Amino acid sequence: MFSRRLLNFARSSGIALTLTILLGWIGGVLTILQAWYLASIVNAVFLKGATLNALWLPLGILLAVVAGKALSIWGAEVSANAVAQRVKSDLRGRLLEHLTALGPAFTQGERTGELATAAVEGVEALDAYFSQYLPQLVLAASIPLTILILIFPIDILTGAVFLLTAPLVPFFMIMIGRNAEALTGRQFASLSRLSAHFYDVLQGLTTLKALGQAKSQAKVIADVSERYRDMTLQVLRITFLSALALELLTTLSTAIVAVEIGIRLLYGQMEFLPAFFILVVAPDFYLPLRQLGLKYHAGMSGSSAAKRIFTILDTPLPAHARINTTQQPQPLAVPANPLRFEINFEKITYQYPERDTPALREVSFQIKPGQITALVGASGAGKSTIASLLLRFIDPAAGLIRVDGQPLATFPVEWWRSQVAWVPQNPYLFNDSLAANLRLANPDASETELITACQQAGLMDFIASLPRGFESVIGERGARLSGGQAQRLALARAFLKNANFLLLDEPTSSLDPGLEAELRGSVQNLLRGRTALVIAHRLSTVYQAGQILVLENGRVIETGQHAALVARGGLYAALVGTRGGQTNGVEIG
Amino acid sequence: MGSKLDNNQAIDMKTLRRLLGFVLPFWPEVLLSTLLGALTIGASISLMSTSAYLISMAALHPSIAAISVAVVGVRFFGISRGVFRYLERLAAHSLTFKVLARLRVWFYQAIEPLAPARLTASRSGDLLNRIISDVETLDNLYVRVLAPPLVAVIVILSMAVFMSSFSPWLGLILAAFLLAIGAGLTALSLGLNHKPGQMLTNERALLRAELVDVVQGLPDLAAFGQAKTWLSKVKAASERLGNVQTRMARLSGIQSGLNSLLVGLGVWVLLMVSIPMVTNGALNGVYLAVIVLGAMASFEAVQNLPQAAQLLEANLQSARRLFEIADSAPAVLEPSTPLARPATANLCVQNLSFAYETGLVLDGISFDLPPGKKMAIVGPSGAGKSTIANLLMRFWEFKQGDILLDGQDIRAYTPVDARRMFSLVSQGTYLFNASLSENLRLARASATPEEIESACQQAKLHDFVNTLPKGYETLVGERGVQFSGGERQRVAIARALLKDAPLFIFDEPTANLDASTERRLVETLQRVVKDKSVLWITHRLVGLEEMDEILVMDSGRIVERGTHAGLLAQQGLYWKLWGLQFF
Repeated sequence: MFSRRLLNFARSSGIALTLTILLGWIGGVLTILQAWYLASIVNAVFLKGATLNALWLPLGILLAVVAGKALSIWGAEVSANAVAQRVKSDLRGRLLEHLTALGPAFTQGERTGELATAAVEGVEALDAYFSQYLPQLVLAASIPLTILILIFPIDILTGAVFLLTAPLVPFFMIMIGRNAEALTGRQFASLSRLSAHFYDVLQGLTTLKALGQAKSQAKVIADVSERYRDMTLQVLRITFLSALALELLTTLSTAIVAVEIGIRLLYGQMEFLPAFFILVVAPDFYLPLRQLGLKYHAGMSGSSAAKRIFTILDTPLPAHARINTTQQPQPLAVPANPLRFEINFEKITYQYPERDTPALREVSFQIKPGQITALVGASGAGKSTIASLLLRFIDPAAGLIRVDGQPLATFPVEWWRSQVAWVPQNPYLFNDSLAANLRLANPDASETELITACQQAGLMDFIASLPRGFESVIGERGARLSGGQAQRLALARAFLKNANFLLLDEPTSSLDPGLEAELRGSVQNLLRGRTALVIAHRLSTVYQAGQILVLENGRVIETGQHAALVARGGLYAALVGTRGGQTNGVEIG
Repeated sequence: MGSKLDNNQAIDMKTLRRLLGFVLPFWPEVLLSTLLGALTIGASISLMSTSAYLISMAALHPSIAAISVAVVGVRFFGISRGVFRYLERLAAHSLTFKVLARLRVWFYQAIEPLAPARLTASRSGDLLNRIISDVETLDNLYVRVLAPPLVAVIVILSMAVFMSSFSPWLGLILAAFLLAIGAGLTALSLGLNHKPGQMLTNERALLRAELVDVVQGLPDLAAFGQAKTWLSKVKAASERLGNVQTRMARLSGIQSGLNSLLVGLGVWVLLMVSIPMVTNGALNGVYLAVIVLGAMASFEAVQNLPQAAQLLEANLQSARRLFEIADSAPAVLEPSTPLARPATANLCVQNLSFAYETGLVLDGISFDLPPGKKMAIVGPSGAGKSTIANLLMRFWEFKQGDILLDGQDIRAYTPVDARRMFSLVSQGTYLFNASLSENLRLARASATPEEIESACQQAKLHDFVNTLPKGYETLVGERGVQFSGGERQRVAIARALLKDAPLFIFDEPTANLDASTERRLVETLQRVVKDKSVLWITHRLVGLEEMDEILVMDSGRIVERGTHAGLLAQQGLYWKLWGLQFF
């Protein structure tokens, strides 16, 4: 609810938070003044027989107080928003920079949705925490205190009633809050279980139809709803009781005060003016405390969102992204000569954090300059891990990767990545124009260069067919690209990047035979004159590889060329044999 | 959907009436909880007025008897507010649940005939999420949308009558100020917030899209060294969202300020009018305090109206979208006088053509599938193969050509009866959030534990089930996450076996599996259909040696047909596809 770390973020808002609280308190003081002038005007008219003409001054002041209160409410909201905006922008900025520094190895997989939610909804949940909950926390203490200071000299008994009941309000609020946590927890759980069931049924509707069960589900939905209604109401009957207690506390204490001062008034132990003032101000005494209760939820969801955000911020960065690390083995340096890309994996071991077994175990091999090296193996054998290591999305737990004899870790990461052209199986398509998606590979590419690259990748016909050409928006919110077109786009990016080392992840889905032939032509263009590591799924690719590495369970178990590996009759022969080409005399390529 | 209407701020009465149709059947509950809501606010108005009366009377030092009724009244109202509030909340929640159940059941019945054809027209995941969030928006229909104005009307009328008992002017003035907030400020806030509200939704969606881009596309961004550039795009989107929020905060500040101003002003005007009345004896001075405090308390009734109006708009938009979906025509028509159930699954497809909105996908398909025959349909993705399964299952309606089931037009049976003849294993096997045995019993409600076990043994699922903590009673997690793709497909096979229809249809059952899982699954599939007829639709040419006939499709037509060996010998499309196989 109240985290020091979260409060530190409020500092980034500068004076705005102080201003918000100050304006809120001024609003409270003006409310008290309003009560006082109301009471004195009524007193003057009722008991002293004052006429309208005699009351211009207090009535004018009352009007000014009303206007001033309205202004302070407006000002407090505007300045509260300023607090929230600054804190959110600060926090979101830090979160994003940390996420990018953590890199793809952290952000990929099931976590994606969760991370996006933390950065959008999570940060937004802090809005109410800073703009409503935090100022209210201060006001809930300061305004009742101000009223108490004024009331005690007027009437000790009322002051005592207020003083005794005031702490009970937060007490009940916390009780309600706790209950509500359990209750909203439970009510929410039952409501969301109810929706989950409904969602489940809608999602599986086709399956239900295929199994002939679709019609009968309407009754199930009705039954489930009825059951949840009964259950939830039983819980509510009890949990609403603490809200009842709170209502009773504030209205009853107003009633007690009213009766108490009424009776003392009757016996002349008190004047009408202070008595009426107390009565007018009584609801305002409890109001800030009750409002705090209303904002309890904002506080709770804000601090639980903060917890999730801090967990991400606290995830340590991988070694190469740390700036002030002292453990850097050697200073980073860009090599003087252009790389030849003789890459050696020396006893490389890697284990993903959440896994029980290593993805790679002491893997050693060499990629020779100017040659195609093909990686082959079942899914989970470690092929993608090798690609991630080469892209430095992850660093080996043990072993050394050398490029031209230099340890890979001695190159600046960004520079190294600029030397590698990566063609993923499913390139990510950004919600942006085709041109922007292509220029990712080379921000300075001219339109002519884009056209050339797209021609080489066989994407130009498609782009020419689009009404807006390169400016067409693609991605989730734009036009959908087919799998084949997406792969071509990845190839076009690689052509634009024009790096000498190629890391190619071949698509596994089988395409239309015509398209497949065209695509193969583009890939051949790209491979020409480059050193390449290919995660291969096609016989046509492994045929031309200078070296095939066969992976199983994180180990390289066979190495060699196609013919030799087939002749050996090991895993490679088994993989190839049951599939595809085989010995039917089928020509490939 | 309905975006044409979004700019129209006038309340859509047609949708509102239809929506109210879900609440009105519960009118006694509506009446009760509205009344309790009005009594809650009435209690605090009465508490303040009675207290004011008590103090004013006491100031005149009468005998204690003169104020004893007021004392009792103050105590009574002090207690009753809490009690009324408690009862109101219970009544309102009970009502909410009833309305909700009615809505869901109605909507399910409306949408059931539409699935899946009418629901996959656009991106299905999107549409489904939309439906769910729209139904959830309607959860607060009564409590937050309908109750506040109903309660406000009762309170405003009662206060107008109460104040008029002192002077009609006072009644008019208070009613005017209550309406100024309840109607005027509400309309103002709706009008002012409409555009920024839409901008807010847009900017938030844009920010989310940019963010998802960065998170999901980080490998690409990192590999091309572009992460920083893209980050600045997200920051810009975040800033734009902040600017819209600031604009809305200013507006909302103005509304809160105006609200406070109107309350203060209302009391002030009441004073201005009643003071001369006290002076000239038209009003007993005792009631001056009553008028001031009673009026102040009554403004509680109109505080929630701006929020209610905004939610009303959201509710109407959701309802409009739901009604639009529910009103669309079903994809498949039920025959008015259906034939009795087919006796066999003797299938004969003649010259079948079919087009989606995007174009022709089946072009003159013919084949025979008598009982006992095993047939495969293969071809590149997008050739129209799965459409054949969708038409056989009566998920879509066809207009050209014939499908004869047991010698009769398949459209002459009820869709439910036609589906009885087919056990379908498709790529999208859905596992419900229920126990495994419940998931299996969907295929045959009366299945005994032994039958379930035997089906699972044949589907090679039984050993896996034995490793689960509760065996067949294990809950399949949210959307079946604990099951791998291969295991899910084995559940589908077990279901198909339990259903035990005469014809098995496999529609790309291995589409999302890796090669070794696929191989094992294909072995199981082949074994379970050993003595059955089967229609096997696939673009992965695995295990087709045992098929009696293979149809090769390309762009909606059958281009080759024959056995595995015969097709390979032809060196046509089948042979080419075979060469493209990957590992």
